[in-house]
Parts: sequence; structure tokens; C-alpha cells
Amino acid sequence: MIRAARRRLLSNFVAGLCGLAVVLALVPLAFVFFYVVKQGFSSLNWDFFTQMPKPVGEPGGGMANAMVGTLILIGLASLLAIPVGLIAGVYLSEYAGGKFASAVRFTADVLNGVPSIVIGIFAYGLAVLPVHRFSALAGGLALGFMMIPIVTRTTEELLNLVPSTLREGALALGATRARAAFGVMVPAALPGIMTGILVALARIAGETAPLLFTSFNNRFFTARLDQPIASLTVQVYTYAISPYDDWHRQAWAGALVLVAFVFIFSVLARMVTRRLERMHRT
Amino acid sequence: MTTSPSRRRSADDRLFRLGTGIFALLVVLLVAAIGYELFKTSRLSIAKFGLAFWRTKTWDPVAGEFGALPFIWGTLYSSFLALLISTPIALGIAIFVSELAPRSLRTPLAFLTELLAAIPSIVYGLWGIFVLVPVVRGLETHTPAWLRKVPLFSGPPLGVGMLSAGLILAVMVIPFTSSVAREVLKAVPATQREAAYALGATRWEAIRAALQFGRTGILGAIILGLGRAVGETMAVTMVIGNNPQVSLSLFAPQYTMAAVIANEFTEAADDLYLSALIEIALVLFVITLVINALSRFLIWRVSREIKVKEPRSAGAEKAAA
Repeated sequence: MIRAARRRLLSNFVAGLCGLAVVLALVPLAFVFFYVVKQGFSSLNWDFFTQMPKPVGEPGGGMANAMVGTLILIGLASLLAIPVGLIAGVYLSEYAGGKFASAVRFTADVLNGVPSIVIGIFAYGLAVLPVHRFSALAGGLALGFMMIPIVTRTTEELLNLVPSTLREGALALGATRARAAFGVMVPAALPGIMTGILVALARIAGETAPLLFTSFNNRFFTARLDQPIASLTVQVYTYAISPYDDWHRQAWAGALVLVAFVFIFSVLARMVTRRLERMHRT
Repeated sequence: MTTSPSRRRSADDRLFRLGTGIFALLVVLLVAAIGYELFKTSRLSIAKFGLAFWRTKTWDPVAGEFGALPFIWGTLYSSFLALLISTPIALGIAIFVSELAPRSLRTPLAFLTELLAAIPSIVYGLWGIFVLVPVVRGLETHTPAWLRKVPLFSGPPLGVGMLSAGLILAVMVIPFTSSVAREVLKAVPATQREAAYALGATRWEAIRAALQFGRTGILGAIILGLGRAVGETMAVTMVIGNNPQVSLSLFAPQYTMAAVIANEFTEAADDLYLSALIEIALVLFVITLVINALSRFLIWRVSREIKVKEPRSAGAEKAAA
């Protein structure tokens, strides 16, 4: 009897520990959110979105150029990663069983785990070293490489959610596999794929390490792709490690913008994915 | 002569397979290209220092002496620390969410813990500098003197250092480990737990049976977390103190492989310096490649063993996160 009681006690104790673990993980999450919102909100103003950085010592200014820079960079990344990732994802889903598909799937997952700083060096060697100049193009390339495995796997996952009866129906009507894939399957999964891509974009927009020595930074506004370009993340980094209070405030504001961006897309993606899952479950 | 529609269709299908296959191949080629490029650009350093590069402690760019031991040490130490803290917490979360929590709480809890993975590294770093480091500094200054004599707690109480890095890494690694561990637990057949209950097991004993059953996958989840910790750059760079030394002390400012690249790459004036940094990147690449491959292999093996109703990858949610 005592033994049974002890075992029950241990069971409840472990259950309590597991609950504690959840709390332990949510505390830092809450703290990070709390500080980013608190510090960021008080520094966020209209200037932040419309003004350029001021020289050291002059208060005020904003990150307008950095925000445009980030948009340009993720635009370039999308140009590279969306076509490649989408088509590779279609392949993985259409020929799911094959050895080659397994190998690609495996490689994509492994690539997803390669540190972003390493990808940055790769892009540096590819696009900076030969011309001896940092450029938006190099930064976009680095971000694009990081995005490819995410888009590939997301596309595959979402295509797999679409019932294969749809494909079989198209094939039975005489469609080629290409028509069945791009004319039926992809459109059916498109809302999901698009939100998946948005999540990938949000994640990529938060990357700093691969940009440090590819797109570098720029105090001025530029839309030229062969020039160094500012980005929100590198700007936040530069300001965060600077000794100036005013810059620290702006770093928090930048962090808030980044977090808001990521958060909105994560929630959105979750909603769409759940709706798709419910739609296709039966 | 006209080709029959069916023959044309099969030719079309082959073309489709080839066309999309090329793009799939690009993913594989990309990994190969990264390895090749890094190797090519680090040849100078590899040729000059050989294996001594990884055994030497001196990092003196001005004198042209490069030894990467402090960075390897810092990466291993901080990752080990991060896993030490994050593994029990991540497994606890996985167990709680998949086995213990009321059904209505499961999805929101899973979402919240995975949100930890969505926060950009730079935001963790910013938070680390201005919130975590002062707290750690306070903790360090209040460490009793007798404890400070232990090598683990020696050194000046700066706040920035190994402890801060380990803590912030742990937070960043938790969502990766817990989401894969959760998938693994979910994939363990209910019959395993039912059998345990039938034998009179308590809830924990049944869970332990499930953990036992999926242990390969759980190990894969932990190793996946290790891969993240090893490669993490910005947050660590901002709180570890960036001082190339090999020290056991948690308080000591140290350095990691990723951090030295982030800090010094744009300053590297001569070819040897640049090439030494790229060699560090090459090794980082190889290490994370091996770690991730191992982790995927373990996760894949357990999911194959279990043979879930529908074939789905354990890393799916992670990839979407």
C-alpha cells in the first residue's frame, strides 16, 4: 500500500515538474515580449518610420532607409527562393516515395540547420569577394539560400494536405502530371503555401548574421542593388552595441517592429493552416 | 507519323519529372557548393597552420598568429551549458503538452512555446544586453566569496560571459527540442501506454514507457537542439563578452566560433586573417552538417519504426516555425 502511494506521489511530482517546465519556458517569452513592447513602444514614433538615421550625437532620426532596405533584401530573397523552393517542393510531393526525393528532403532539413553566419560567408565568397564590394544583391542571395529549404519543405507539407484524389481525378481526365500538379494541386494548396512563404519571409527578415558582411550597412537611402544597403536587423545590432542612449531606444523600437512582423505572420499562418487542415481532414 | 496521345503524355510526364527534379537537385547542389566554396577560400589558412590551428590558443591577427582553440572551446562549452539547461525543460514541455495538459490547452501551449523560436536572434541579443546581463551581473556580485574560489565561479563579475550565453542559448534551443520531442511522443502508439496502464502503472510510469519507446527520436530532438546552439550567432555574440580564452569559469567572458566570424570578418584586412576566419566557418559548417544529419537520421528511424498511420515527418512543424 505504501509502495503504491509512493509511486502515485512520484507520478504527481513528475507531472508537477513538467508543468513547471512549461512555466519556465513561458517566463522568458513573456519577459522578452514585455520589454520589447515596453521599451519599443515608448521610442516608436512617426519619425522612426519616415526619417533617416541622424549623425552621432544628434537625437532623433529613424530607420526609414533600413526598413526599405529590409524589404528590398527579402524581395530579392523571394525572387530566388520562391521559384526554386516551390518547384522543388512540388517534386518532393509528386515523387514522394523515391530515393532521390528522400535524399533531397534530408538535405533540405540539414541545410535548414546550417548556421546563418555560414550561409553569409558563402554568399560573401560568391558575390562580394569577386567584385570587392558589399551589395544588396549579396545580402539577398544569402537570405534566399536560407529561404530555399523552408519554402521547399512548406510547399511539400501543404501539398501533402491536399487529398490525392484531386490529383487522381485530374489524371483520370487526361491531364498531364504537370497540369495535375500546377493546375490542380498547387492552386488547392495555394493559400497555405502563401502563408508558409510569408512565415519564411518573416523569419528571414529577422536574420542579422548573414547580412553583416554581404549587404553590410548604409547610412543613406539607396535602391541600387550593387551598393551596400541598410537593414532593420543590422541597424538594430549597430545601435544596440553603441554607447548612446538615444540609439539604444531606437534599437528597441526596431526590435518591436521586427517582433510585431514575425508575430502577426505566425498567427496568420497558424490560422490558415488550421483551416486548411480542417477543410481537408474528412 | 503522329504520336499517340498517351505516348505524348508519358513524354510530357518525363519532362515534368526531370524539370522539377532539377530544382530539387539545386537544394543538394547548394549544400555541396557551400562546402566547396568554404574549403576553397580557407585553403591559405589550412595550408599554413594545418591541424595546429585547432590546438593553438593564440589569436593574434596583428602578428598573423591564428589558433582557434578558444573558439572551439567556447562553442562547445556554451552549447553544453545550453543543453544542460534546455533539455529537461524541453522534455518537460513535450510531456506536459502531449500527455498531461487538458486537450483544450495543448494547441495554445504548443504555439506559445514555439513562438520562442520565432523571435529573431537579434531581439534576444538586445534583451540579453539590457535585461539579462545586468541580472546575471547582480547574481555574480552576490556570489559568496568562498564559492568564488571554485574555478567554475572565479573571475570578475562582469555579467557578460559564459553564463549569460548559456542561459540565452537555452531559451533559444527549447522550442526546437520540445517540438520534435512532442512529435515523437505523439507518434508512440497508444497501445504502449495502455499496456503500461493495464499492468497497473501510474501516469508517470506509463509516460516513461512511452519515452523509452521513442528514445531514439528523443535523442534526435536533443541533438537537433545542439545543432541550433552550436550555430547560433547574434545573441551569443552580444552577451558572451568576446574574449578568446579557454576558461572553465562561468563568469569569464569567452568567445565562440560563430561570434568571432560575426565580429571580425569585416575587419579582416589581410588574406590570411580572412582565410583563418573562413576555416572556422568551414568547421562550423561540417559540425552542424554532421549534427543535423545525425539528428534527422535518428528522428527518421523512430518514425519508421513506429509506422504512424500517415507518413509524416517529425520535423514538419519545426520547418514551418
